[in-house]
Amino acid sequence: MLTKRLIACFDVKNRMVTKATKFQNNIDIAPAEEIAETVSNAQIDEISCYDIMASAEKRPIDLEMVRAVAKKVFVPFTVGGGIRSLEDMYQVLKAGAEKISIDSMAVRNPDIIRQGAEAFGRQCMVLSMQVKKVPVTEAIPSGYEIAIDGARTFTGMDAVQWAIRGEALGAGEICVNSIDNDGTHQGYDLDITGKIAEAVSIPIIASGGAGRPEHLAEVFTKTGASAGIISSMLYSPRLPRNFTVEEIKRELMDAGIPMRPYVLF
Amino acid sequence: MIVVIDYKAGNGPSVKNALDHLGIEACLTAEPELIRKADGIILPGVGSADATMESLRELALLPVLDETVKERKTPFLGICVGMQVLLSHSAEGDCDCLGWIPGQVVRFEEGVRIPQMGYNTVRFQGGHPLVEGLEEGYFYFVNSYYARPESGSDVAGVTEYGHPFCSLIARDNIMGSQFHMEKSGPAGLKLLERFAALCKDRKGGAAC
Repeated sequence: MLTKRLIACFDVKNRMVTKATKFQNNIDIAPAEEIAETVSNAQIDEISCYDIMASAEKRPIDLEMVRAVAKKVFVPFTVGGGIRSLEDMYQVLKAGAEKISIDSMAVRNPDIIRQGAEAFGRQCMVLSMQVKKVPVTEAIPSGYEIAIDGARTFTGMDAVQWAIRGEALGAGEICVNSIDNDGTHQGYDLDITGKIAEAVSIPIIASGGAGRPEHLAEVFTKTGASAGIISSMLYSPRLPRNFTVEEIKRELMDAGIPMRPYVLF
Repeated sequence: MIVVIDYKAGNGPSVKNALDHLGIEACLTAEPELIRKADGIILPGVGSADATMESLRELALLPVLDETVKERKTPFLGICVGMQVLLSHSAEGDCDCLGWIPGQVVRFEEGVRIPQMGYNTVRFQGGHPLVEGLEEGYFYFVNSYYARPESGSDVAGVTEYGHPFCSLIARDNIMGSQFHMEKSGPAGLKLLERFAALCKDRKGGAAC
């Protein structure tokens, strides 16, 4: 049976994994390849790394970081941040990533999703979106608006409509990041995650707000999400306690959710 | 030495990283001479069957692969789309494939999320040395199409997605996994190591 996925996600700044709350107040944790190796050995299902300064500094993604992580990680590896062109995508894949996450760039130039899907296959293209709860209007019927550039700029675009368009353009997965829930450790935004999962047929990744294993159980039972992003739960010093991948998986399996079990080798 | 075939749409670097991690000598190349001398060949795959066949044609590798794999029986492992092109024909891009394993590649039917993406169970079957003694495990899949070999004896692993489908093919020196061995954690690395052991059994000794 196809299992649900736990994805460890790291924001990387100067090769260091860093942790923010509501996209601000970063604290550094450890070098990216070290954390990636630790969670890969702990049998996480996938790993995502975002070069969070690449866009702001208008430079290409740190390919050395991608290469260093790829050598340590034997599960699917997604990379995002600073990807502007097909050539950037090719370089990232060549450096050992499996998937490319595009966010603000896709809003500015939606055709890049189509180009990437045509060149490398749609399974490579993760459309990542920053969503914020807003009053329902004619322009934003879902009540969730798309933001870009680290949640600083609002686009006037409806989240569900953008997801549908992203799928049509060739996205292979959609990652729904809740700006409201990010860093709160109070659980995912089940409402928008569920709405998007119903509106498209590609897999949905829930992101933003996971603080305890039951938050994953909740998103997997109450929405059609295929995967959940975790980060703070694994290593943030801001949380009263952290959880191992094994603990999280055991709790989810006890709740009847199909997971790839932790196996001793 | 194992050759990982290097072509633009493949995820060759990931396969090479996994082999490096296991301490298995491997090179990422599309050089016919190195392919001829290899103890084993891996065709990685992402993207579509038609694009993969087109790449192999452009790199002029089709006769080289026929010679080494079909005639000289060099162990061959196709991964994901690299497995699908082993069959006669793929519905993806309506293209003729290598045809080493008689059968078709078809799209998953409606009613399941497409692509299938994530870890799914593989139940191993048959007596091929690649899977001998193994029962089942979880492996990472990303696919919208799946293989339907004509002969049940070519099927070495079965997975359920809407219905049971062939997720692992093994016939003599020709092997193919729909799942990504290089990206399935320790279980995948173990299978990759088994493939490398089969290559070593017939070692030619060439270096990269």
